Amino acid sequence: MSVWIAVLATAAGCYLCKLLGLSVPAGLLDRPAVRRFAALAPIALLAALTALQTFGRGTHGLTLDARALGLAAAGLALWRRAPFLVVVLVAVVVTALARLV
Amino acid sequence: MTALHQSDPSLGTVSAGSGAAPRRSDRAVVRDSLTVGLTVGVSGTAFGVAGATAHLTVLQTCVLSLLVFTGASQFALVGALAAGAAVPAAVAGALFLGLRNVFYGLRLGPRLELPRLLRPLAAQTVIDETAAVTLVQPDRRSARIGFATTGISLYLVWNLATLAGALGAGALGNPARYGLDAAGPAVFLALLSPRLREGGTERLVALVGVVLALAAVPVLPAGLPVLLALAAVPLALLVERSRSESKPEPESESEPEEDRA
Repeated sequence: MSVWIAVLATAAGCYLCKLLGLSVPAGLLDRPAVRRFAALAPIALLAALTALQTFGRGTHGLTLDARALGLAAAGLALWRRAPFLVVVLVAVVVTALARLV
Repeated sequence: MTALHQSDPSLGTVSAGSGAAPRRSDRAVVRDSLTVGLTVGVSGTAFGVAGATAHLTVLQTCVLSLLVFTGASQFALVGALAAGAAVPAAVAGALFLGLRNVFYGLRLGPRLELPRLLRPLAAQTVIDETAAVTLVQPDRRSARIGFATTGISLYLVWNLATLAGALGAGALGNPARYGLDAAGPAVFLALLSPRLREGGTERLVALVGVVLALAAVPVLPAGLPVLLALAAVPLALLVERSRSESKPEPESESEPEEDRA
């Protein structure tokens, strides 16, 4: 049940963001400080999410396991400018292989 | 979705072709738009897998793609739920990631000049990819064709791919055995990497965000460490300001959205 609440609340919030931008006059929200925050906030969140989902274990644990190898390989693929889907595949395959050995 | 386009080579041709050419054939616009829609849409498979890995039902995963339809927020939500975050924290993280679509909408509005009745429908496809394609078009006609073609093709492919990924991962059993638990963080890293090439402030935000989040894991409830990472933004802006005050050079770090518009 709580998953459904999260799903629907996220859907409503994200849709309102999209509609808001299309509907309000540009000058109202388009201030440099607001725009700078909106540009940088995803960077902080994406970086944190990458780290948390690579090193997190359970709710309060941190660990170094096969995922870290997979992510390192994905980082290498990104550095070589590999396409998005290839990057994800590299991470998955390397993580799976690391668990085999 | 997300900043996928920046790692997508197909978009290079979109921006390269538009800068110089005063007018583009409808056909060229449709072709570029479909390329983005199909290539990015296929990565919905990864989201379907992430949903299954987070123990969401196939229906919940598909409803997320149908209704939320902005990739980073979708991945963030299922990741937070999988880690045991409380609903408000999980939703807040997803919404902060969705905030940037407000600014795409602000730019797209005057470009598209959509009829009032069409706006609620068009709003659902105001995302990274449609903004990237639309904002480089030289005129209103091309902008509208690009927006509609990218939006509709991406919506269809992303949702079908989500379904395929969710069903496929569900059939596999334990996703961790196949390394599928690494798909989520790899997606975030792929979204992040083009932003890290933008400048020092961006890299500082990322670094401080990681440190804050990891340091908070042992002490804060699940879902809050990622929100704490937002504190990296004002910190980095303070550093940026003090740097630009000590060195009165013109600001060189411009936002990519600025360049596109």
